[in-house]
Amino acid sequence: MHIPEDRKYAASHEWASQPQGDIVTVGISDFAQDQLGDVVFVELPEPGDRVAAKDAVAVVESVKTASDIYAPLAGEVHEVNPALEAAPEAINEDPYGAGWLFRLKVDDASGLGELLDADAYRSVCEEEA
Amino acid sequence: MKTTPLTDVHEALGARMTDFAGTNMPLQYRGGISHEHNAVRENAGLFDVSHMAEIRVDGPGARAFLRFALLNDAKKLRAGRAHYTMIPNDQGGLIDDAYLYRLSDESWLLVANAANREAVGDRLAALAREADGVRCTDVSDDWALLALQGPGAAVLLDRLVDADLTAVRKNDTLPTELAGTPLRLARTGYTGEDGFEVFARPADAVGVWNALCEAGAEPCGLGARDTLRLEAGFPLFGHELDPTTDPRCTPFSWVVKDKPFAGRDGWPDVPACERRLVGLRVTGRGIPRQGYRVLNEAGEAIGSVTSGTVSPLTRDAIGFAWIATERAEVGHEVAVEIRGQSVSATVSDIPFYRP
Repeated sequence: MHIPEDRKYAASHEWASQPQGDIVTVGISDFAQDQLGDVVFVELPEPGDRVAAKDAVAVVESVKTASDIYAPLAGEVHEVNPALEAAPEAINEDPYGAGWLFRLKVDDASGLGELLDADAYRSVCEEEA
Repeated sequence: MKTTPLTDVHEALGARMTDFAGTNMPLQYRGGISHEHNAVRENAGLFDVSHMAEIRVDGPGARAFLRFALLNDAKKLRAGRAHYTMIPNDQGGLIDDAYLYRLSDESWLLVANAANREAVGDRLAALAREADGVRCTDVSDDWALLALQGPGAAVLLDRLVDADLTAVRKNDTLPTELAGTPLRLARTGYTGEDGFEVFARPADAVGVWNALCEAGAEPCGLGARDTLRLEAGFPLFGHELDPTTDPRCTPFSWVVKDKPFAGRDGWPDVPACERRLVGLRVTGRGIPRQGYRVLNEAGEAIGSVTSGTVSPLTRDAIGFAWIATERAEVGHEVAVEIRGQSVSATVSDIPFYRP
């Protein structure tokens, strides 16, 4: 189970990158993609959408099931990953890179401090595995 | 939770396990559902379906008994043959669907869904008390059941067993041996592909499983079993069929033969069929899932989805739904409500896939 230390995690299995200015990139963890299985469909928010922390803002579907994705922070959707519509399998293949879901222009980047670091998130995964 | 004789093998293979109808079963192995699905479509997959219920029906009265207890006509089944059937209840619906194998003149095997093991066993036992010359025995724990499915299944199995499989037709069943291990084979399955179901003694199950895997079969879990059966247009009890289903309003109306059967008094002579079971293809962006509403062009609910997925083979979003009969003709445009959005769909012929 790969959990990079350069970013933060929500217990609901999203990751949030360190902010670049006020922009934070969001995706799902390696553990989450493995649990879901082959991703075949992604529904993303629209750029400009306002989201609150813990809002269900996207859906990732595998062959078996549909899973809600929650915003780890409040803000405005800045950009969504345009490659996922044609190639949702990028989420399985590269969950921390090419499989990113959307970027948020966050209201307050200090909210990242309330998310889990890699070690704390690893404990969450170990409990669920 | 119950186990099967192969539970340890699944765990050693790294399967993700799930509680299915009270049995600890593999949902998928490391390759994932799509990989397993496509292995069955392209070559050969191997499933452990030992959780299934098996009921032996024996005696000189067995044929007449099964003719009465089941909707398909056991009279048409010769020794060494099998067919799909259903078990009616007294309220115009179903207790289960099942596969019936005639092992010999007076010996039959009914394979039913694990979740309905007790209901089916109780029904047959109750009917048998009223009948002459018939004995019903639950033998579910006496058999491990494996399913070897796919276009490569026959060639793979032919190299291992004593029987000449070229002489074995679809729905034939016969006893044979694999390296000295006694087995019963049936050229049946639940994937839409050619293939075999293999009944083995529990103590022999691991050896048979390993021999088939070493010969090239890909282990497949219940996840792929579900996507394969859906693509092949087969119903699953608890989804498409339930205790209120009149099968005459489904694509499987052919099962119901014109003859007396137990519970007939509770069935209308001609079913009203205000709704019908249909195949759906979602043409807009989205995947149908069980419980999603089906809408007409005015946005009114006209039915609901019973099973749905993306075909790992074609990437089409497909499913089954019960919908109002006036919209149930193949080709009709409807919509599926997916997370509040109305997504276009077409009533489709089943199966969605033919080998």
